[in-house]
Amino acid sequence: MDKFRSHTGTALPLRRGNVDTDQIIPAEYLKRITRSGFADGLFAAWKFDQDFVLNSAEYGGASVLVAGPDFGVGSSREHAVWALQDYGFKAVLSPCFGDIFSANAGKSGLLAAVVDLPAIERLWSITEADPATEVTVDLVDLAVRAGSWSAPMHVDDYTRWRMLEGLDDIEITLGQQADITRFESSRPSFKPATQLPPQHSPQHRGRAITSSETRSPKAVHS
Amino acid sequence: MHSSTPRTLAEKVWDEHVVSRAEGKPDLLYIDLHLVHEVTSPQAFEGLRLSGRTVRRPDLTLATEDHNVPTTDVDQPIADPVSLAQINALRANCAEFGVRLHPLGDVEQGIVHVVGPQLGLTQPGMTIVCGDSHTSTHGAFGALAFGIGTSEVEHVLATQTLPQVKPKNMAVTITGQLSTGVTAKDLVLTLIAQETTSGGQGYIVEYRGQAIESLSMEARMTICNMSIEWGAKAGLIAPDDTTFRYLRGRPHAPAGVDWDRAVEYWRTLVTDDEATFDKEVVIDATTVTPLVTWGTNPGQGMALGGNVPSPDDFRTEAEQAAAKRALHYMGLTAGTPIREITVDAVFVGSCTNGRIEDLRAAADILRGRKIADSVRMLVVPGSVRVRLQAEDEGLDIVFKDAGAEWRGAGCSMCLGMNPDQLAPGERCASTSNRNFEGRQGEGGRTHLVSPLVAAATAVTGHLTAPSDLPARV
Repeated sequence: MDKFRSHTGTALPLRRGNVDTDQIIPAEYLKRITRSGFADGLFAAWKFDQDFVLNSAEYGGASVLVAGPDFGVGSSREHAVWALQDYGFKAVLSPCFGDIFSANAGKSGLLAAVVDLPAIERLWSITEADPATEVTVDLVDLAVRAGSWSAPMHVDDYTRWRMLEGLDDIEITLGQQADITRFESSRPSFKPATQLPPQHSPQHRGRAITSSETRSPKAVHS
Repeated sequence: MHSSTPRTLAEKVWDEHVVSRAEGKPDLLYIDLHLVHEVTSPQAFEGLRLSGRTVRRPDLTLATEDHNVPTTDVDQPIADPVSLAQINALRANCAEFGVRLHPLGDVEQGIVHVVGPQLGLTQPGMTIVCGDSHTSTHGAFGALAFGIGTSEVEHVLATQTLPQVKPKNMAVTITGQLSTGVTAKDLVLTLIAQETTSGGQGYIVEYRGQAIESLSMEARMTICNMSIEWGAKAGLIAPDDTTFRYLRGRPHAPAGVDWDRAVEYWRTLVTDDEATFDKEVVIDATTVTPLVTWGTNPGQGMALGGNVPSPDDFRTEAEQAAAKRALHYMGLTAGTPIREITVDAVFVGSCTNGRIEDLRAAADILRGRKIADSVRMLVVPGSVRVRLQAEDEGLDIVFKDAGAEWRGAGCSMCLGMNPDQLAPGERCASTSNRNFEGRQGEGGRTHLVSPLVAAATAVTGHLTAPSDLPARV
């Protein structure tokens, strides 16, 4: 992951709350197995409306999304983060994010920063009055600035540290292998494993169930 | 070591899984079970490959195919080439990394949150994750279960752990008992309508009280499943004899001496009397009635006997704007009695309401009745096992005689990424969990309901409670 310290760019005012990840990218686009190339799916349904702000040429090239409360709620799809990044967004500001979206953003290097609603509304006014306004999101100082105006923003300490340093947290965790191995040695024996127990041999595995074969033997585990 | 400090159920399960803890950092939690499906895993496996990593514990990992698969002609090749490529990627990844997979056509295939519990892999006191927000379902067993994104899927595959910041604790206490014809679905929709879609944000929720204790495991799963719909990190219910009865004898449940040891431990998984919650919500079950959503988020619900609300009924400007937008999308006029809303489709299924008890409830309404000519009804079992059991009980005959389509197992019409979708403008009474714009297909309109209301609605063609139906012919 690249280091993220501060970013300056124009901003897109999205005057909507409760933007769920199904809106950010509809399920139809989730069949792809790549980690990039999702820009065409971003707000795909809303883009049909010519008045939708993302269609406005004035906001072309915007890299900071300024959204209403509860942005990224619902489905866990990280594709929502990838679609925003592929479209060119570096940061999303909202008074409140869906937990999973927020975590996904932090892992992928998209800044999802909490900014209170009055500041969001101010940013909407500023960027609607002049779409060319440059907005700076500063992860070092935890502030969002537009001209002489500024407001605090919040990012949890761990995510902030990782983004500032550009750290991959799998690498961090792999540094704790000894702790993990020690933990595993003390797990109770009654905890389940996913291998099939011998008394339930996989006689049905890989076998096609057809519609004519509905009256199964009572293979249901009882 | 924690016996001196009173703790909540969630805190006990959390503490039991802390691999390491350091000031100013998230706890590193051990993950007991990682469930995998085709949509959120390909990029994670690719990440492992690119960095030369392996799956640390394939024996704690289970994969199934559910989101994008068709529910008809399941013994035929998948027609959509993009879906097929995703399924083939899962199959190749599971083979390469040694992960057990239940593919389409396998007797254990089904929705990941139906498969885990029915195999007995979901047990009290476990940590369970999956790249799917409805992983909260497994909390019904007293497990700490939550959805994760693809980067986290990769993290768990590689390390069997996740760094997590401890959420706050909330108790939702349901006093009294639900009335006849009122289900767990109505209860959880009522809760979300009351607390809003962000009311659970930042919390692990424990559902408790008399009404919860009386619920079956299936109904408890319906409640916990919808935890994410009001923003909660996870939702759980203390395990009890109902839990143990459900688990005993399942393929992966402990057996012999291990069973006794497990039950002894599971009985400790209750919130201590002196433990405190950061927030408490109380709902009187006797006041809950059949509930239907009218809008485009799960918090926009209304009693079936009520009318479509007006934007003016809401307090804040934001709520008014959201209501106005929702009414426009849903094609509804304020003041219309909910009962007068006609539907084109009815969907019974999903990880919320696709279990055997849900199918029995819907079949009981349809037995000896026909669905309206104007309605297309899909009944989609949550797993092949559920389907086989339903067929053993003759439920498939009831559905087919009533004029419904009896399908194979999968996520189906809960989300628009397989062939089961609404056409633009079509309206559906659905037992699923999300009424977001386009959720069931582009331009589709969703009303979330219980299986009972879904079946009754199919009979009349408009939103209907079972008690509204005339006696059978």
